[in-house]
Parts: sequence; C-alpha cells; structure tokens
Amino acid sequence: MEKKAQGSTFVEEVCATPGGEGLRLCIQCGTCSASCPNAKRMDHAPRELIALVRAGMREEVLSSNSMWFCASCYLCTVRCPRDIKPTELMHALECLAVRQGLSTARTLTPIMYRSFSDFVYSIGSVPEVSFMTWFYLLTKNPLRALKMMPLALSLLRHGRLSVKARRLKPESERQLRAILDKAESLGGLS
Amino acid sequence: MRYYTYFPGCSSSDGGAKAYNWSALAVARALDVELIELEDWNCCGSTPYTSVDELASFCTSARNLALAEKRGLDLVTPCSACYVILSRTNASLKEHPELRAKVDEALAAGGLEYHGAVRVRHLLDVFANDIGYDEIASRVTRDLRELKVAPYYGCQVVRPGPSFDHPEFPQSLDRLVESLGAEATLFPLKARCCGGSLIIPEEDLALELIHKLLDSASSNGAECIVTVCPLCQTNLDLYQGRVNRKFRSKFNIPILFFTQLMGVAFGIEDKVLGLEKCIVSAEKTLAKYGGR
Repeated sequence: MEKKAQGSTFVEEVCATPGGEGLRLCIQCGTCSASCPNAKRMDHAPRELIALVRAGMREEVLSSNSMWFCASCYLCTVRCPRDIKPTELMHALECLAVRQGLSTARTLTPIMYRSFSDFVYSIGSVPEVSFMTWFYLLTKNPLRALKMMPLALSLLRHGRLSVKARRLKPESERQLRAILDKAESLGGLS
Repeated sequence: MRYYTYFPGCSSSDGGAKAYNWSALAVARALDVELIELEDWNCCGSTPYTSVDELASFCTSARNLALAEKRGLDLVTPCSACYVILSRTNASLKEHPELRAKVDEALAAGGLEYHGAVRVRHLLDVFANDIGYDEIASRVTRDLRELKVAPYYGCQVVRPGPSFDHPEFPQSLDRLVESLGAEATLFPLKARCCGGSLIIPEEDLALELIHKLLDSASSNGAECIVTVCPLCQTNLDLYQGRVNRKFRSKFNIPILFFTQLMGVAFGIEDKVLGLEKCIVSAEKTLAKYGGR
C-alpha cells in the first residue's frame, strides 16, 4: 500500500468516500455525540472523531473503537444541522480501517461484520446458524459460543432455528460472484 | 388487486423471523395485495457488508435493484435493514457519479444493468399509504378494543429518510394499530435503537438499550409491542430474559410483528401467523380480547 503519512491526505481520502464529503462542513456543535446512544462507549464520540479526522490523525482514528459502536440508528444524521451524515462517515471509516489493517481487536464487531460479509460474498445469503458458528470460530473463543447455547435452545424450541441455508440458483450465485469480483478489481471506492 | 415485487430478506425468508414472512403474506392476501417474490434475490448485505467493503456492498444491493427493475413494480420489503440498505444504494448511485460508474461496470460483469428506476418501499408504508387505514379497518373481524399496544418503529424504517413518516416522531404504525381497533399507547422511545446486530459482539450495550425500550413501553401500560423489523423483534423477544436477569426487571411483554397483530385482528389462524414462534408467549394476552 502506498504510504500516506501526511495529515492532509487522510482528510482527502475520507472526503472522497460517499458519506465523507461533508466532513469539512462540520461546525463541531456536538449534536451527533449528544444524539448517539452509544457515544459513552466510544474512544472518541462522533464530534471528537470528526475533529481527529480533520486533524489528519489517521492511526488514532482508524484504530479506535468508535465507529464499531455505531448501531446505524441514523439519529445523528437526521439531526446534523450541516447535513453531514455521520452514520455514513462511520461506515466509511470502518471500511478504511479494514482495508488498512487497523481495525481494533477491543471489540468483536469487526469480526462479526467480517463473518457476515463472508457469507454474502460466497453464497449471497446469510444462514443464521452457519454465520454464528463462523463468527465464534473466528473469535477463537469457544466459551462465548457456550454462553449462547440457552438462547439457541430457546430458538430451537420455538421453531426459529433453521440449519438449512437458502441457496440461490448456481447461475445466480455465479452472477453475484462475478459482480463482486469485478468490484474487488476496481479497488474500492476511493 | 395490487401487485408488488417482494423482497423478504434473509431473516424473514429462512431465518428466525419466518413468522414475519408468513404473516405478511397472509395479511397481504386478505387485503388483495399480491407480493411476488423477487426471483433469486441475494442478501442486501445489511450494515455488516457496508462496514467492511462499501463498493461490494453497493454492488450486492444493486444486483437486487437491477433484477427488480426488469419487473417494473415497486420493491417492497418487510425488513427495516433491507429497506435502509436498498434505499441507500438508490440514493448513493444518484448522488455519486463515480460510484455509479463503478457499480455499473461491476453489474455488467454479471450481465446486468440498473437505471435507478426502482422505488424501494417498506411494507408498513404500503399498508399505511397504498391500502390505507379505512380499508384495513374494514377487514377487522376480531374485537381488540382496549388491547394496549406499544408501536415500535425502531430506527431504519424512518431514518435517514426521506421516508414516508417523521424521522423521530412517526405516526403511521400508531394509526395502523388504532385502525385494528386496539389502543396505541404512548411510547416515547418508539423510534429509538435496540442495538441492532451489535447484540452479537456487544451484548451488554444492546441489553441496556433494550431495557430502556421495554421500560418505556411497559411504564406506559403496553401489554404487547409490535415491531416492523426482524432484528428488533429478535432483540426484544429473545433477549428479554437476559434483560430481566441483568436489570432485575420482570418484563413479560410479547413482541409481535405488526403483520401478526393485523392477522389476529383479521381473524387469521394463529398457526398461519406463526404466533407460537414468539418466545415471550402472546397467547394469554391475546386470549383476553375478542376471543373466538
């Protein structure tokens, strides 16, 4: 990967991603942080995170846990007086963190997102049991899976646990893969 | 008869929220609405894919939009996550020509093209605005008077919008509940977050949000909550026991899909509506009203 050490390139990079373009309009009013249900768990609440991006602090931003605590509730987005769409900004930062290998290990959210996405890419649907199994395998912590057993049993008792995966027709699966491989070769958004 | 292209989404079609799909189809039939499933649709990608690889996630939902465009009907989904993701793709493709060019190129690799003509709708929007409350009221056969229902919208059905309802103080589900003859209770947190898929990696955080929701609903006298999203239903229903343990609370509030409550009011059989799939049983609560 090309080295992007200067602060200014990080801002440009974020601004070039859909959702990131409003970054320069921020007036630091803090409406986003005040609206966020999960701000208190973030290393940097949304307003602060935007300030850090603008200061070009790539590592600090991309290795933080902040964006991984965004539940995509879009409350900040509908309230932002500058129409910045902080939710989209969070998604953009998550993707950049993944691409640059900086996503934090202090929350399991990146692993969960990864295991979900693996299924979308490979079969175009997300069978819940296989997805959860894959997730716990990737976390390398079988104890966590044990803690889920009572919930799984409860689902099973109520006929809500299906092992069977919905499969697309083989030609549709191939079509989706061709589209996604092409997307991959186009090298992301920025 | 009204026709729509139907996108059930993974949880409702083959996952833990099958009851949503069943009840949606049954209620639609009763309202002369035909939901024609989009053939060989793929997962919308949901928030996770958006957060890992944006371009791929746009392409994933663009394939669905391209397939739906050939049919020329509105694309309806009962899932709030599918709704927000498909709508977002539509909006982003319009706003960002560079993104559009890349998505077009990727779609072409699969022999598809998309011109941006599909209108993405949530099932609640279709029932509330295309069918209308009067029509819904006219199909009611079971008396649900005095049943106190908290209408839970969650986030993604009304945000980020532009949507068919207010982003923070929506009314459509309240009115739909009232058109069924039941009473929509006050529910100040009705458009607040349940934690979504963060329940999996960050359970404590989500349990706290769910607790606030259950508390808001029950302190306003709700006997049940209706939702418009498979994930909201799962979080409030499956995790209610864990909320009780963590916060020493005693919630025992059934969480129904809004289509299940509609089906109950229309006199459709419990089994068809998948009522037995509720983890917090709705049986006793519903038995009190207009019993058969």
